[in-house]
Amino acid sequence: MVGLEHYLAVGAALFVIGIFGLFLNRKNVIILLMSIELMLLAVNINLVAFSSYLGDLAGQVFTLFVLTVAAAEAAIGLAILVSFFRNRGTIDVEDVNVMKG
Amino acid sequence: MSSVDIQTVLPELILSVYAMIALLAAVYTSKDGLAKPLTWLTGAVMVVVALLVAGGDGARAAFGGMFLDDAYARFAKVAILLAAAAVLVMGEATMSRRGLLRFEYPILVTLGTVGMMMMVSAGDLMALYMGLELQSLSLYVVASLNRDSVKSTEAGLKYFVLGALSSGLLLYGASLTYGYAGTTLFSGIIQAASDGHVGLGLLIGLVFVTAGMAFKVSAVPFHMWTPDVYEGAPTPVTAFFATAPKLAAMGLFARVLFDAFGQAVGDWQQIIALLAVLSMFLGAIAAIGQTNIKRLMAYSSIAHMGFALLGLAAGSAYGVQAMLLYMAVYLTMNIGTFAFIMSMERDGRPIADISALNQFAVKDKLRGLAMLILLFSLAGVPPMLGFFAKYGVLIAAVQAGLTWLAVAGVVASVIGAFYYLRIVYYMYFGEEGEGLELKMSPAAWVALVGSAAIVVLGVVNFFGIETAAAAAAEALVN
Repeated sequence: MVGLEHYLAVGAALFVIGIFGLFLNRKNVIILLMSIELMLLAVNINLVAFSSYLGDLAGQVFTLFVLTVAAAEAAIGLAILVSFFRNRGTIDVEDVNVMKG
Repeated sequence: MSSVDIQTVLPELILSVYAMIALLAAVYTSKDGLAKPLTWLTGAVMVVVALLVAGGDGARAAFGGMFLDDAYARFAKVAILLAAAAVLVMGEATMSRRGLLRFEYPILVTLGTVGMMMMVSAGDLMALYMGLELQSLSLYVVASLNRDSVKSTEAGLKYFVLGALSSGLLLYGASLTYGYAGTTLFSGIIQAASDGHVGLGLLIGLVFVTAGMAFKVSAVPFHMWTPDVYEGAPTPVTAFFATAPKLAAMGLFARVLFDAFGQAVGDWQQIIALLAVLSMFLGAIAAIGQTNIKRLMAYSSIAHMGFALLGLAAGSAYGVQAMLLYMAVYLTMNIGTFAFIMSMERDGRPIADISALNQFAVKDKLRGLAMLILLFSLAGVPPMLGFFAKYGVLIAAVQAGLTWLAVAGVVASVIGAFYYLRIVYYMYFGEEGEGLELKMSPAAWVALVGSAAIVVLGVVNFFGIETAAAAAAEALVN
């Protein structure tokens, strides 16, 4: 029987993979965007699992909002990435370093 | 949805409809040719909406408690709207001189402002998230507004990646909070812990939500994006980042901590106290080595957020009142300071090097004096308003039994005074250098001299906003 805790475990694992993807990735900014998406989807799994467990629809409504915002966020992220690429000619994470810090 | 609900969200509704109409009007007519009138019109609309908000009274909840309109929300909204309007109007001339005044700029600022207003009015995790994202997404775009500059786009990219990470953290916390409280409404979450015992799941949710929010207020250890974004973004945009969004994020922080987790004050108090003490010290120490005034202001704002969190850490109505006053004074000082910074030029090019200020005040007495007053106030030197704001949060911390925190605050404030006074030293006694042109539009001049005057004259009675802040804190905490 697959219970709530299994879903939460999957959600937590995906979320942590997303965070590690953000911090350990040294190659490409696109991978950062994918990691962000992974984090948001992990949250969605959590929300739907809780919603079904509690028998309360609010969690699934929340999921729809998160999906919509994630799409808008990806669009804006890619747009900024494109204009960065035009100026810098590269999208390697190591090259995002004109300013220190 | 009833007409009462619509009335409650009327200010937000007006601003969003205005933004959409303005967008269509600009796209279908002369595009960037309309940018200048649009900027001024947006400022005017914001002031009108601020007056509308200030006229409200009582406490109302709309959409089943998802959207709250109380004295607290109104105080924050008026401050946000006035700050956004001031930054728009004073930055208009600078933006157009640099060729950055596109018609999207005032529209994005308006949408961001709507997001901020939703944040401080949120009564539900969903409303919180939508407001926060509306604000953040607008800010990511305005950060990279100068799309032909490597620095500006890099600032936008860094802001985007770290902002999305913080949204993710906050959202994960929200999902756990929802799961363990069984509802997304703040009023329901606080009932889930009403016996004074907060479950482990809810506590983990609280920690994640706090971490996400600390990112938005740029509290240490979640501050790394601030200096780069401040340096890379066009200066009028930096001025916007340093003012309204900071107040909105602090407002949301207090809203969540008191409205949703008001039963767990003992649990979050330690987190906030730690964030506060780290922010105050890192902001004060890291700013010393900076030569770029925009980076310096970034560290300065980190330190100031630490002081505002000090008021929040007190966990009392007086603490919230002190925090609100602190933020109001902080907005005033930063608007004036950035009106100065955004006008710094040499041979038509913007400069941000501190050494360019050498001997400035000797040549330009009035504006030098105004800057001196603002810097003294930022440092917290007694006769200025900045001192009384700091005094308020320190007293709140002492009253809450956090004496060690207040002592740490005083020490950090003394360390921080060094770099503000160093700028003053350069302005009056620095070596003769290449000099500096200060091209100020009348609006920027008014912002600089006006905020300096407010910082001095406000000492008399805070212009009466103390009672408004007290009513706001009362509405939130009880």
